[in-house]
Amino acid sequence: MADIKKIATRDSYGKALAELGAEFDNLVVLDADLAGATKTATFQKAFPDRHFDCGIAEANMVCMAAGLSTTGLVPFASTFAMFAAGRAFEQIRNSIGYPHLNVKIGATHGGISVGEDGASHQCCEDFGLMRTVPGMVVMSPADDVEARAMVRAAYLYNGPVYIRFGRAAVPVIHEEGMQFEIGKGETLKDGKDVAIIANGLMVNEALIAAEELKEAGIDAMVINMATIKPLDEELVLAAAKKCGKIITCEEHSVIGGLGEAVCACLAEKCPTVVRRIGVNDEFGHSGPAAALLKQFGLSAEHIVEVAQDLCK
Amino acid sequence: MTNSEKKQLQITACKVRMGIIESTYGAKAGHPGGSLSATEMFTYLYFKEMNIDPKNPKWEDRDRFVLSKGHTTPGLYSTLANRGFFPVEDLPTFRHIDSYLQGHPNMNTVPGVDMSTGSLGQGVSVAVGMAKGAKYTGKANRVYTLLGDGEIQEGQVWEACMAAAHYNLDNLCVIVDNNGLQIDGNIADVMSPYPIVDKLAAFGFHVIAIDGHDFAQIEAALNEAKSVKGKPSAIVMKTVKGKDVSFMENNAGWHGKAPNDAEYAQAMSELKAQLAELEG
Repeated sequence: MADIKKIATRDSYGKALAELGAEFDNLVVLDADLAGATKTATFQKAFPDRHFDCGIAEANMVCMAAGLSTTGLVPFASTFAMFAAGRAFEQIRNSIGYPHLNVKIGATHGGISVGEDGASHQCCEDFGLMRTVPGMVVMSPADDVEARAMVRAAYLYNGPVYIRFGRAAVPVIHEEGMQFEIGKGETLKDGKDVAIIANGLMVNEALIAAEELKEAGIDAMVINMATIKPLDEELVLAAAKKCGKIITCEEHSVIGGLGEAVCACLAEKCPTVVRRIGVNDEFGHSGPAAALLKQFGLSAEHIVEVAQDLCK
Repeated sequence: MTNSEKKQLQITACKVRMGIIESTYGAKAGHPGGSLSATEMFTYLYFKEMNIDPKNPKWEDRDRFVLSKGHTTPGLYSTLANRGFFPVEDLPTFRHIDSYLQGHPNMNTVPGVDMSTGSLGQGVSVAVGMAKGAKYTGKANRVYTLLGDGEIQEGQVWEACMAAAHYNLDNLCVIVDNNGLQIDGNIADVMSPYPIVDKLAAFGFHVIAIDGHDFAQIEAALNEAKSVKGKPSAIVMKTVKGKDVSFMENNAGWHGKAPNDAEYAQAMSELKAQLAELEG
């Protein structure tokens, strides 16, 4: 597997901002003393006059972005997911969500793959928090190609958007030049026995799991649900009707994220058996990203176990 | 400022105060105290200072105003209505179900409102974004934001003040309504934000302290703020909460309470007498 290219989606974020910055001069970027980590430094290097480092003051940064957006600029406010969706939640809700301003929140370091920094920095609640804000688009890309396409789509979309990027390098699974549409899921592999609906780094795990399941005689469908809100309900319902069993996979708490969004849709429109794979109701801890993902069951191996149990 | 100009502003301020009483009475809720304390500033900003067009509320070159102390909506709405952004007759629908006059400022439903506010402490940050955006896009407009003195207990206010000075936002003017009272009582007793002038100066502002009910001082302060280059300005205005309604003055209980029938009648009678005297 040495030939598989791995890129962290935070790198994709910085690269996409720099590319878009060259194309659109009303794109501005804000950061909160983490430009080197969120990779907005890539944009900063190219466009220093359009990169505003707000210091360690996320609440102010988010509301500043709101003010900037009222002057015709398209701000991307960036920090770690914990401090964007978490610390600045109420500012996002009241100063961006309620007035429905054209602000993009680029949140990096989502999930437990933050690794060694431990629980204080491993945000597993951001999908849930952001989903509750009316009118907010919530997304999480699976790889580098999708991440860059998503940042472009977010720029072109008029309204508030939250995108979560990851710290760890993840395999590139999409072909360059993919078309990304907000609110549309992507069927990566068809199947009939169970549908695995994943996002973020769990998409690649789902694809590996599907291969292993094939050998065990289970034909799994794999869906990349990069937009958590608005959810592609049509695709969820079609998968449920075809497979009759659903597994959701996300690097997020099983509370509030993709799993619950899928469950809510199915409970009301097509009651279906669902198993949610995610971080259970507990905090993460320090360790290498790969080891943590395995330990918390965010792995192809665990998906296979759950699928086999569900299909027996 | 000539005497007749001053008198005209006082007449307008009195009408704005009547609108505050009408809207809170109509709503059977709302915040008259801090609306009445800031009435002269609202009046001067919208009738004299700001470059705005009631016929074109979203005009992109307009000066901006962010009501950071968003609960004093009656003061802002009454000022906007009297200035011609929407009918004064609509003020009594304030806070009613299905009225466009939401309980706290809503930029998407109320003509003339530049930012939706209500959650304290966020307005300076938004105003910093507006001022920074104006500079980046080469606009000459100015940005004003009005805060309560209790509101500055919010830490975010100081994050924003740090940013305003850091970005040398001389197109920004932060105004603090120092009426001395918050919901739980005297600001000095609840959690003292004093010394306000010194704190703002230490954060890099050019600070001007005035009597917030004196139009000549308001005019001088706003002119001085415009003349300062390279740093943001702040105006700390000493005011009386509930100003010009006798039983509301300096009474924390009138922070967020509507007048009943008898109180409404008395307030309107006092304001009408004041108007008659001014116009007489």
